[in-house]
Formats: sequence, C-alpha cells, structure tokens
Amino acid sequence: MNIVVCIKQVPETTEVRVDPETNALIREGVASIINPVDENAIEAALQLREGHGGTVTVITMGPPQAEEALRQALAMGADEAILLSDPASRGSDTLATSYSLAEMVRKIGEVDLILCGKQAIDGDTGQVGPGLAERLGIPQVTFAIELSVEDGKLRAKRVLDDFFEVLEVKLPAVVTVVKQANDPRHPGMRNVLKAKRAEITTWTLADLEADPKQSGFDGSPTQVIRVWPPEKRGGGKKIEGTSEEVAEELAQAIKEMDIAAG
Amino acid sequence: MDFTFTEDQTAILEAVKEFCEEDLAPKAQETDEAGVWPAENVKKLAELDLMGIPVPEEYGGLGMDFLTWSAVGEELSCSCTTTGAVYGAHVLAVVPIMMFGSDEQKQKYLKPLATGEKIGAFGLTEPGAGSDAAAVATKAELDGDHYVLNGSKIFISNGGEAELYVIITTTDPSRGARGMTAFIVEKGTPGFEFGKDEKKMAFPSLPNRELVFTDCRVPKENLLGRERGGFLVAMRTLGVGRIGMATGAVGVARAALEAAVPYTHQREQFGQPISNFQAIQFMVADMATEVDCARLLTWRAAWLKDQNKPFEKEAAMAKLYASEVAMRTTTKAVQIFGGYGYTREFPVERYMREAKLFEIVEGTSEVQRMVIANHVLRELNK
Repeated sequence: MNIVVCIKQVPETTEVRVDPETNALIREGVASIINPVDENAIEAALQLREGHGGTVTVITMGPPQAEEALRQALAMGADEAILLSDPASRGSDTLATSYSLAEMVRKIGEVDLILCGKQAIDGDTGQVGPGLAERLGIPQVTFAIELSVEDGKLRAKRVLDDFFEVLEVKLPAVVTVVKQANDPRHPGMRNVLKAKRAEITTWTLADLEADPKQSGFDGSPTQVIRVWPPEKRGGGKKIEGTSEEVAEELAQAIKEMDIAAG
Repeated sequence: MDFTFTEDQTAILEAVKEFCEEDLAPKAQETDEAGVWPAENVKKLAELDLMGIPVPEEYGGLGMDFLTWSAVGEELSCSCTTTGAVYGAHVLAVVPIMMFGSDEQKQKYLKPLATGEKIGAFGLTEPGAGSDAAAVATKAELDGDHYVLNGSKIFISNGGEAELYVIITTTDPSRGARGMTAFIVEKGTPGFEFGKDEKKMAFPSLPNRELVFTDCRVPKENLLGRERGGFLVAMRTLGVGRIGMATGAVGVARAALEAAVPYTHQREQFGQPISNFQAIQFMVADMATEVDCARLLTWRAAWLKDQNKPFEKEAAMAKLYASEVAMRTTTKAVQIFGGYGYTREFPVERYMREAKLFEIVEGTSEVQRMVIANHVLRELNK
C-alpha cells in the first residue's frame, strides 16, 4: 500500500508575534516543528505500512527550510520525502495549497491513501485535507481516530462532537487524523542519522506542470486583511484565608465591581 | 581544543532530549516508586537504538563513540535516574565483549546487546571481593569442552533481568589477579540461578541481585579474552564503567540543580523570592560550577577513550569528582528546598539518596583516589 502523508511546518511557539506592517508571522527566533497532529498522521501511516507493507511518502509545500520537517518525518521512518518549494507558491491559502498538493499526489502516481493531520496549529482551518480530496475527486474521511484497511477498503472511526461514526470508503481516499488516534513514535537514532543524509526530492510548480495562477497569491481568493494576537488577559487575583475570610473578601470585590448596577 | 559536538552528535542529543522530556521525565517518580524493573523504558531504549551507541555498525550498534554514549547517558540519568542506571550497567557487558570478544562471540552476543534485544550485566563483586577485586573466589574448572563454575556474585546491577552476563572467575586461585578468567554466561544456563535482590537506600526499581553458580557448565567457547586474562578484562571494563558512573552522577546532580533553581524563584520568604538571597545564590553558583566541572572531566575521559589514548586516571578522576559533586549538589538542593526538600513531595530527597550510590559503586571514592595516586606518584616522580 502506497501512502502519502501531507505535513506542514509550523512555528513552535504558542506566543505568535505578528509584524504589524505586513500582517505576517514573525518567524525569526521561533523554532519550526512539524504541525503536531501531522505527526499522528505519519504514525498512522507507519502503522498501516507495518501491517500491510508498501511505502510512506511524506510531502509538504513550503520554503526550502521546510526540508527540516521532512527530515524529521524520515527519521520517524517514512521512506521518501518530497518538498514543493516555489516562490510562486507564497501566500497560498487553503484552496491554492490543496491544488498544489493534489498536483504533487498526481505526479507521485500510484497512491492508495493520503493522510493529513486534522488541522494546523497556525492557520487552524482544517480545510486542506478535504480540499485535497475534492481536487482529486476521491472520498474523504475527516477526524479519524481509528483506521484499518481490508480488501482495498478503508474503515475509519470518526470523532464528532457528541458521537463516533464508523465509515467505510473505497481507496484511494483522503483521511484526516486527530491527535487521539495514536502516540507518535520517537525516532530511532539510526533513522535520525540516516535522515540527516537523506536526499530530499525538491519540486517546483514547473516540475508538476501545474498552473502557477492556481498557486500562491494568484490562486488564493482568501486575503488576510489583518492578523493580531489576542489581547493578553490580566492576571487574576487569588483570595486566601479561612472560608469566612474568603467569602467576605469575595463579596466585597463583587460589590466593588458594581455588577448589579452595570 | 574544540567543545562543539558534531552535527550527528547534535542530532542524536536533540532527539534523545525530546524523548527524555516527553517520555522519561514525566514518569520518573512513578518509575522509581514502582519498585519493579522499568521494562517499558528499557524497551524504548532499544527501539531508539540507544543500547549500542559505541558498538560498530557491523555488530548492530550505532557506530558512534563513547563521548556520545556519555552525553546521551547524562540526559537519561537526568530525566530518569533508574533508566540511566540500567543503561550504565548494560554497557558493562557490551564493553568487554566489544574489546575482548572473538568475531563469533561478537556475532552471537554483542549483536543482541547492541540492538537492545538482550540486556547485559557484569558480575565481578563477591562478598569477599569488593575493592579488592583480585580476591574473586568464584571458581571455573575445565572439564572436557566446558568450564564448571561454582561460587556467587552479589549486588549485580540488572541481575535477574539481564539475559547475558560477563562473569569474572578464577581458574587458578593460587595466582590471584593473574589467575582470573572472564566468561559470557547466558541466563537459563543450568546451575546459574538468582539469589537475593538487595533492598537499598535508593533505586528500588534497579535490581542488584546475587548470582549463584552451582556446577554451572559453560561452553569453552564462552571464555572471553585469554584464560587467566580476566583481570585485564575486568579492569578495562571498569575503566569505561567509571565513565558511565561519572555520567550517571552528573545526570543526577544536574537534575537536582534543575529542580532547585525554579524553586528559588518561586519560594518567597521575608517578602521576596529566596533567589534574591546571596546565601542561596552562592549555593546555586557552586552547584552549577561543580556540575560543569564534573561533566568536563567525564567528557574528557570519554574523549580519551575514543582517541585510543590511556584514560584510566582520567576516568577515575571523573568518577571520583562527579560522584562527590552529585552528593554535594543533591544535598544543597535539599537544603534549598528546606523542610519541603526532606519530604517526598519533591524529588530532591530521592536524588540525595541516589547520589550516594555513585560514591560507592564500581570502585569507591577511596579506590578512585588509590588509582589516581598510583598514576600521579609515578608520573611526577622525576
């Protein structure tokens, strides 16, 4: 079974800083990691490979330094890694990203299953997986917590707000995976060393014979008008003492807020 | 002089740190208190290719050096002292087979040790042979194509859980150190049994067991090195073992320092964090300086070993200094925590109990001083 896992390199910190001029994320001094739930997608792929054989190919679109994320995926045990890096892809929204990833999958050729993380911690849209399935015209299963493959069919258990749902789809299909699906493995040191030396295939849009108008800013109907971090909440106040003292002070504090009048 | 790690070493250390932070450290207290062999952690060490770091790739190892092995060991010991101790004891079987084993022995025994498929242990200490290692009384007598072992070993780390043992015996008691012979003995060999598991001041999850040999027949081909060459096998093994113990000591000392510093910022007395007080600052400064010194001594010894240069004196210095630093640093950490430090609410009391091990195991501080003095008195006698 040939599995493709789509990953994204994201800034590690939760304290995102934004350049007020350009509305772009400030990436300097911020470590980059594999989007955490994408690691669950890689783990799911590796487990399926262990059960069924085949290959795991990890792909991403991003600047040249996204290679680092691919090397981490190789260290976890992926067989191959491909980077789509093209200046014309800059500014891609989810529509444009799903286009480019779909073109990558087409070029790879025989693919039985495509796995993605549920969503990325930076953009948080969760749209690329479903978009990719639409672009490729194949079934999609989102929010999968369990996966199994039998007789060319995939069975997946989805986590929804109030219930689980078990679906069966024909392969090839796109599946997005949730964090609870598994516990991503730590890479073995042999693989860490191997991944450091591994050749990362790098493609441009021209290699894909893709339409540059559908990628990057040109292919992205979504425009980010402004990005800003939420206002920092002031620290709360801790009231200590006996129950009576705490109740007294709390009552006084509520009175001072003048909530009833407000 | 170059104090930077190579790119490979850096990549390995980064991956190991992540594993330590995410998997080992959060469960370290639990691992200690369980009082049972940390099977899951040991399995992970194998999965992460950490059980044979200095072993050549052809024998299933990572083909890296002892410096890397030591730096990794410090991370393991710092985040989970018990797991670090298993790692340190395992290498005591790896090293002698790597250094003295025939190709057949390496294929058969070094490979599974290096991949972590099998765990190793080293049996030297006996009730009557502690600091005086040459007083080993476990006898091995040739009988046809087997040696017959009789006697017992005590305090053996990983004992009972390990599958492969390097055992130091005497084949000629009249010749003392020159009559000693090393063997590889597999768990399950008839006549090889496990006795008492010591209850200790610390490390309840690390077995230190008695090994009992009663007419235990070990095939001749399991003789390691030369007959009557066992003292050399033991000394070479302990040389590396001392770097390992120094590594473990640095790990526990660093754990104490890393636990104490955040506490000094958080704990307020007299209306301010205690980190403002010079009495605390001076303790922190000494702890940090000594941990650094201990680490540098340890890494120098490992580096010398990697360069195939003599390292016996330097390993003894590292082991002596690091173990005493571990004791001092953990004691200071308890002092900084005050009353809380004496409770089991915080890990520092455990670190203090654990640190004591390092001043005793694999050559007491006194033995290290003997080794160092022997070298220095000879070297500087001009």
